[in-house]
Amino acid sequence: MSKIMEGLLYSESHEWVKVDGDIAIIGVSDFAQKEMGEITYVDMPEVDDEIGQGETFGALESVKAASDLYSPVSGVVVEVNEELEDAPEKVNEDAFENWIIKVRMSDKGELDGLMDAAAYKAMIEE
Amino acid sequence: MGQFAYFPHTGEDIKAMLEKVSLRSLEDLYSDVPEEFIRKEEYDLPEALSEEEVRARFAGLAAKNRPMKVFVGAGAYDHYAPSVIPYLLSRSEFLTAYTPYQCEISQGTLRYIFEYQSMICSLTGMDVSNASMYDGPTAAAEAMMMAMASTRKKSRVLLSGALLPGVIKVVSTYAKFHGVAIGLIPVMGGQTCINCLKAELAKGDVAGVIVPSVNRYGIVEDHTGFADAVHAEKALFIEYCDPSALAVVKTPAEWGADIAVGDGQSLGIPLTYGGPYVGFMAVKKEHLRKMPGRIVGQTTDKEGKRAYVLTLQAREQHIRREKATSNICSNQSLMALYVTIYLSLMGAEGLREVNQLSASGAAYLHDRLLETGKFEEAFPGKPFLKEFALRPLVPVEKLQEKLLAAGYFAALQIEEGIVTFCVTERRTKEEVDGLISIIREV
Amino acid sequence: MKYYDKLIFELSAEGRNGYSLPKNRFPSANPLPKSLTRSEAPLLPQVSEVDVVRHYTNLSQMNFGVDTGFYPLGSCTMKYNPKINEEIANLPAFAGIHPLQDASTVQGVLEVYYNMERMLAEITGLSAFTFNPCAGAHGELTGLMVMRQYHLCRGDLGRTKVIVPDSAHGTNPASAAVCGLEVVVVKSKENGRIDVNDLKPLLDDTVAGIMMTNPNTLGLFETEIKEIASLVHAAGGLLYYDGANMNPLMGVVRPGDMGFDIMHLNLHKTFSTPHGGGGPGSGPVGVAAYLEPYLPLPKVVRCDDGSFSILQDRETSAGKVSGFMGNFGVILRAYTYLLMLGKENLRKVGEFSVLGANYIKESLKDLYKLPIEGVCKHEFVFDGLVNDGGHDEVHGATTLDVAKRLLDFGFHAPTIYFPLLFHQALMIEPTETESKETLDAFIAVMREIAREAAEDPAILQEAPHNTPVRRPDETAAARNPILKYTDSKPCE
Repeated sequence: MSKIMEGLLYSESHEWVKVDGDIAIIGVSDFAQKEMGEITYVDMPEVDDEIGQGETFGALESVKAASDLYSPVSGVVVEVNEELEDAPEKVNEDAFENWIIKVRMSDKGELDGLMDAAAYKAMIEE
Repeated sequence: MGQFAYFPHTGEDIKAMLEKVSLRSLEDLYSDVPEEFIRKEEYDLPEALSEEEVRARFAGLAAKNRPMKVFVGAGAYDHYAPSVIPYLLSRSEFLTAYTPYQCEISQGTLRYIFEYQSMICSLTGMDVSNASMYDGPTAAAEAMMMAMASTRKKSRVLLSGALLPGVIKVVSTYAKFHGVAIGLIPVMGGQTCINCLKAELAKGDVAGVIVPSVNRYGIVEDHTGFADAVHAEKALFIEYCDPSALAVVKTPAEWGADIAVGDGQSLGIPLTYGGPYVGFMAVKKEHLRKMPGRIVGQTTDKEGKRAYVLTLQAREQHIRREKATSNICSNQSLMALYVTIYLSLMGAEGLREVNQLSASGAAYLHDRLLETGKFEEAFPGKPFLKEFALRPLVPVEKLQEKLLAAGYFAALQIEEGIVTFCVTERRTKEEVDGLISIIREV
Repeated sequence: MKYYDKLIFELSAEGRNGYSLPKNRFPSANPLPKSLTRSEAPLLPQVSEVDVVRHYTNLSQMNFGVDTGFYPLGSCTMKYNPKINEEIANLPAFAGIHPLQDASTVQGVLEVYYNMERMLAEITGLSAFTFNPCAGAHGELTGLMVMRQYHLCRGDLGRTKVIVPDSAHGTNPASAAVCGLEVVVVKSKENGRIDVNDLKPLLDDTVAGIMMTNPNTLGLFETEIKEIASLVHAAGGLLYYDGANMNPLMGVVRPGDMGFDIMHLNLHKTFSTPHGGGGPGSGPVGVAAYLEPYLPLPKVVRCDDGSFSILQDRETSAGKVSGFMGNFGVILRAYTYLLMLGKENLRKVGEFSVLGANYIKESLKDLYKLPIEGVCKHEFVFDGLVNDGGHDEVHGATTLDVAKRLLDFGFHAPTIYFPLLFHQALMIEPTETESKETLDAFIAVMREIAREAAEDPAILQEAPHNTPVRRPDETAAARNPILKYTDSKPCE
């Protein structure tokens, strides 16, 4: 069973968002990390990069697979989790503790289109 | 004539196999193919030859080529090929293996590729090398695409006009279809012009810049200030190098390059009418994830033994499909082995000697040719190694006609009014003097 | 195979070398100015000739090749590599020729190109070939460039999409993207063939063409090819044929006759040249007559007097795709093969490759899941074991485990986890050069492995047991890349 964290918002492509004022903290769900298996690399954008909702902002890589990361919100990247550069396995260890990027949102209204924990749970159990 | 030697099927075998698959005839194997596509006409092809007949056929073809004394480089250099190399390359375990997908039974291939990567890093001074590419020009095209993938909102790649013509053409072809604009950096006095480069960079749309380390005129370029100018515009600095010359000239790493590419042919690979050769690409660590091509890495197996595997494959086409930076899905493995054995035999000292011998022959030819009064210097005082450019004072056609008749391939017209010569360590003093005396008579 | 744990660098001793160069007969050239020379010599091994020969001989002994044993690698056509090919390719008469020499001095070389082009045109039903691409993927890219160039030259600028089946080789979409084309995926039906109903709505005036291979990557013939061809052509698109799967059609079916406009061939698959551990290959691209003006240059042409020359410029050409005219050494080998084969044996290549594949399929389908029944062509795909030995919560043997166990029995593994349509794909291609005895031995081992899986899957999961190394840690290799000698150290 995959862990699902209450109080976060989720996208259909398995990213989670934690809202902190106008900052969105973004990571991938426990379900997504399990699907990937042992993560060998987290490809991340640069600070100050502009990203749009639904656009790729990076990727997770394992030995035999790569999975793009899609931004659940639009905005400007204000921070990336540099710890993951040398220790991508942290995403496997705890996908909710180890966020990937922080984005200053340009349109908080976009959050309304995301799922809550219950809806996400229903989606992955389908 | 008996059964063809490469087919082991006896009549009995065919019968038994057809029985197992519940078919009556070999034709039935194609019962799913619409009748109209089954070819009924005989193929217009020659009948099978015996081995002896094949040998005779090729002896006839070989006789239609004229052996020439090669005094041209221009991207393909007639260097000495040690006898050990073809001998080792013909080992069937190297020759008849596929790409090392099953690492447990491919440690030979994986290990020599790891050695190859190490040697390319040593020669270029770069941090990481891939397992090799098709040839130099395509490696440059891959570097162009890598520059596009590594930068944002840039639309143009600059090529030095002093790059080999073939490199410019191949990169331009790839660029056209990849949707990249190409700008040419003018040449001043036989060397890529830095002020022209700066003017182009100032337009703000440049993703990468490709310049030759030793250029089409044989001139060893001075790249002082190039890397700073390119990096100031957040573009990638790419050097196209002759790996043989890298044993003595300043390395791409020392010039501050992000990517080094070139053709490994000058490391003793026979000319063979243009191929197979081997392209190389090596990059700074920070560009590793965007580098195309196979890469071999070291790890340990489950018993703790040192082992080698294809690694970082998540960058590659079979996983990324249309999102990969490149579509390359192989390397020129056997030619990478060629280069690896060559560099092992030669070592740094042998390579230095190759450069010294070639440069001495070239300098001698250069000075004697000027003395004939048939040429003038194209770029006076510019430093060169084995290859140099001159401005002919006699009609080029007449010059080449005379050389051709005498069995010399020399004085290649690389652009209007400029011919190049190349002398490697394989050219004897007699051959060089012979060339000079023919030219004297033009 | 024994394990040998040395890198050539580790044999190095100061002052040794393995070369033989002449004395300098010329006055020594002036050294380059300091500002242009490297600050220290490159780190290269210092080893004797004997060291080099022993080291690489030892390395070779950790390798498996077609000459070692059966190599049923799907989509790779690992047929026997005839030795006469090597003898011809190594003739000194061809080795010393510079690629820029005057055409009058290389008439023998140009004749090889010309004759080879005529033969490939006859075999494929296309009209003209370029030999400039150095590999299959390079050929694919070149073929797509020709496709785009054709549309561009006609002023048909909006054709920016290429249709690719979901079963396609991974290179197809990557080549399309490199060529600046957007990939649109067309689905396969239950029976593994392209779904024509899914294709129809995709066809409009933005489509440059479709990339197919026939038989497809499941080894199945696309029976509706005629309809597909007429639909794509009616929409103004071209048909591209991925020649990776040409072997079963040899002497029986010609891509040109099926309506394909452009194709590449892999000389290192269908035409018996060795793979060399990953290359050099050769990926000639053939086109229908109306597309010849768009082929890359340079190209060999025959003059009226019967001599050969090299066409360097043509306004409509897609451009130049490699340094010279491709891998001539590989082309020589393939030409030798065709001369040896002759027209009387051509059809047997196709037939025997198809017979072998069906024979294995029928002999194993009770123990390995066959997703799609029926006659296959040169290859087929199993979707893992019928009984993988897993019960309750215990995980059974996977396709990877089957592949690794095969190595213990002296066989190369099939292609695994491709095509992506199945989770446990095992793709098997025997080729026409394997005897019934070899196929029977392989079948027996596959049955033995299936038995082991059912009874004790751990035997497979622990495999291979007797190879020089066993399941190296690929995750560690990717997380902490060690990519050159100076970052390496031998294990304790």
